[in-house]
Amino acid sequence: MFAAVNIALALVLSPLLLGVINRTKAVVAGRKGQPLLQTYYDLWKLMHKGAAISRTTSWIFIAGPATGAAAAFTAALFMPCGTVPAVFSFQGDLIVFAYLFGLARFFTILAALDTGSAFEGMGASREAAYSAMAEPALLLALAALAREAGSASLAGIYGQYGAAHWSTSGPTLVLAIAAMFVVLLAENCRIPVDDPTTHLELTMIHEVMVLDHGGVDFAFITWSASLKLWLFGSLIVGIMLPAGATPPESLALRVGGMLGLAVAVGITESMMARLRLVRVPQLLTGAGALALLALMLSFSMR
Amino acid sequence: MSAPLTLHNGEVAAEDEIPLLSAIDFRDAVTGAVASGRRICSLFCTPADEGRLRLVAVIGDDAAGHLSLVAMTVEKSYPSLTPDCPQAHLFEREIAEQWGVIPLGHPCLKPVRYSAAELPAVGDFFRVEGDEVHEVAVGPVHAGVIEPGHFRFQCHGEDVMHLEIALGFQHRGVERALIRGPNPRSAHYMETLAGDTTAGHSFAYFRTVESLAEIEVPIRAQVIRGIALELERMANHAGDLGALAGDVGFLPTASYCGRIRGDILNLTALLCGSRFGRGLLRLGGVHFDLDDERAKQLVQRLAKTMEDLESAVELLWKSPSVLARFEETGEISPETCDALGLVGPAARACGAERDVRHDYPYGIYRFFNIPVSSWNSGDVFARAFVRWLEIKRSAEFIQEQAQALTGGSICADERPLQPDSLVVSLVEGWRGEICHVAFTDEQGRFSTYKVVDPSFHNWAGLAMSLRGGQISDFPLCNKSFNLSYCGHDL
Repeated sequence: MFAAVNIALALVLSPLLLGVINRTKAVVAGRKGQPLLQTYYDLWKLMHKGAAISRTTSWIFIAGPATGAAAAFTAALFMPCGTVPAVFSFQGDLIVFAYLFGLARFFTILAALDTGSAFEGMGASREAAYSAMAEPALLLALAALAREAGSASLAGIYGQYGAAHWSTSGPTLVLAIAAMFVVLLAENCRIPVDDPTTHLELTMIHEVMVLDHGGVDFAFITWSASLKLWLFGSLIVGIMLPAGATPPESLALRVGGMLGLAVAVGITESMMARLRLVRVPQLLTGAGALALLALMLSFSMR
Repeated sequence: MSAPLTLHNGEVAAEDEIPLLSAIDFRDAVTGAVASGRRICSLFCTPADEGRLRLVAVIGDDAAGHLSLVAMTVEKSYPSLTPDCPQAHLFEREIAEQWGVIPLGHPCLKPVRYSAAELPAVGDFFRVEGDEVHEVAVGPVHAGVIEPGHFRFQCHGEDVMHLEIALGFQHRGVERALIRGPNPRSAHYMETLAGDTTAGHSFAYFRTVESLAEIEVPIRAQVIRGIALELERMANHAGDLGALAGDVGFLPTASYCGRIRGDILNLTALLCGSRFGRGLLRLGGVHFDLDDERAKQLVQRLAKTMEDLESAVELLWKSPSVLARFEETGEISPETCDALGLVGPAARACGAERDVRHDYPYGIYRFFNIPVSSWNSGDVFARAFVRWLEIKRSAEFIQEQAQALTGGSICADERPLQPDSLVVSLVEGWRGEICHVAFTDEQGRFSTYKVVDPSFHNWAGLAMSLRGGQISDFPLCNKSFNLSYCGHDL
């Protein structure tokens, strides 16, 4: 029962994270900001809109958003929450988890190329290049955590994780969290890697790939993007906070932690400018180095 | 070869005083002057006798502070100046488009604003061929609420090899509408010639007419005009600094500067009731007086605004992540700056000490000098920093002037324009040098009215700043120039 609640929370609350981030940014900048529930209003509006689809596109163009949403939903099924178990769990499922997003990205890139637009091709090229550098960082960080937990499944790492590990392997966890935070910013098109609020196509990475989508397709894209943020956030929050004694406590801790993380992302975005695009690989390789160090530490500290 | 006609900014001469040179002498006069560090302020055709045309060049000598004019008679074609003098390239394209006169040997003869039979279509862009080369077309419809313009990039991956800018979507025929003027409409055309340069263009226009009519503008009106011009400069520069911060995703400065720009526009509204200064200037002076009460309010509110602006803008220079984006982005060398004849903050950011207020002082600037603000790195940082320096100096100027207003009238009487005369009027608008040239016919009406907005000089600078740069840096470079589309398109 609580497993279903866990999934439902992810599905329903994830768009709220974007609202919290935007509100945090607005407050820091001295503005009132958009409503906290703006993403929900947008989703509602998009669900009721038709879509104009170019005649030059094929079925791939529509398959992109659908695959993205399906992949994000499936990934959510692998994510436990403290004492609440995941729906699916097996040894090595963290690889499946990581590559479900790979699958979504693959189809988003294909859908972007399908339009034949110069903008979207440019975005697809950037997305492919940067995700290729973000992927090792994520996998190495997960490997370090798996090594610490002695289990290669998300349930094994995040299920019974508690404060005890912080006392024995703190440095590994700190490094892994730092690496995963950078990956979270990069994968969810946040500053300093991408600017989610810009209207300037030439500077975009992710947004420019979905310019031609509209209506329900774009609602899928928006919703799966917020779910992705929730799941990447869960990877970090799941380690930082104790598991909780009972399922309701675990779920409450998760929701509270996610809101806190959204505020942290908002503050990070407010404090700095975007990186120049050619500098992004340096940030991502830096994250990869941190993750590698975490993995090495996890071997040496045993 | 006869000596060129030498004029000061706003000085009237008889039309036949411009020496008519042979094609070779004209060419030598122009290219020689530019080679020795002078600039083409304007180059245009006027109708001459027997259906022929007269090609007139206005050359500015910044160091000496005067303008020299030479002319030649042209029919169907003449040898192009551009191969020896790139500053002339856009002027010559404009002449070919407007008059069908072909500058022979022009390396890139294309339309400027609209298609003409003699020229290739607007869509013929320079192309780089190759398997790995790709072309990106942006505009004329853009994602933001901005003016229309088309940008064509030739890219290799993220690197830009060439950028071509096609404009003209906002061509309204302003210059043609002024012929046989001035009439009551003319002033309104000038106020909206470039929407954000209302004070700049109307200042240049009224000075042109006042010079031709020998009207002496009272000193009190001169001061109010100066305040309006500097407020316009401050508002636009503050808005640009905020927009630059927004383009790199640096929110604090972006949000505050957007608001502060509004505060400064409201100070212009305090002067005349219009945030853009519409209806403030009039022939012979200004429409609205700055009484003591409002002068006091202006000084107080400006001081408060500067405090806010200082704290918002200083954040930019203190944030390493912002400086990392601004520095070494969109660099222009001093050589390119001089070759293209850039003006305004874009030129001063390349280390050129070029400012009409200083070099060709006019109006109130004849008595109160504003120091020239420059920086020498030629990148986005320099263009941003020069704006900040100018804001501070404009604020000081306004504070000083508003506190020491002399009495007297604010408007002189109108008089008829002198016939068969010409005048060149330069004004430093917030984007740079605004050049208005007027010729009158035998009845004292405009026979030619030529406007050169600073954007006309500077668009080529934007294209050059991208060469070898990153395509993702284009919006930032574009914003650092922030050029006018309608000012260019006229």
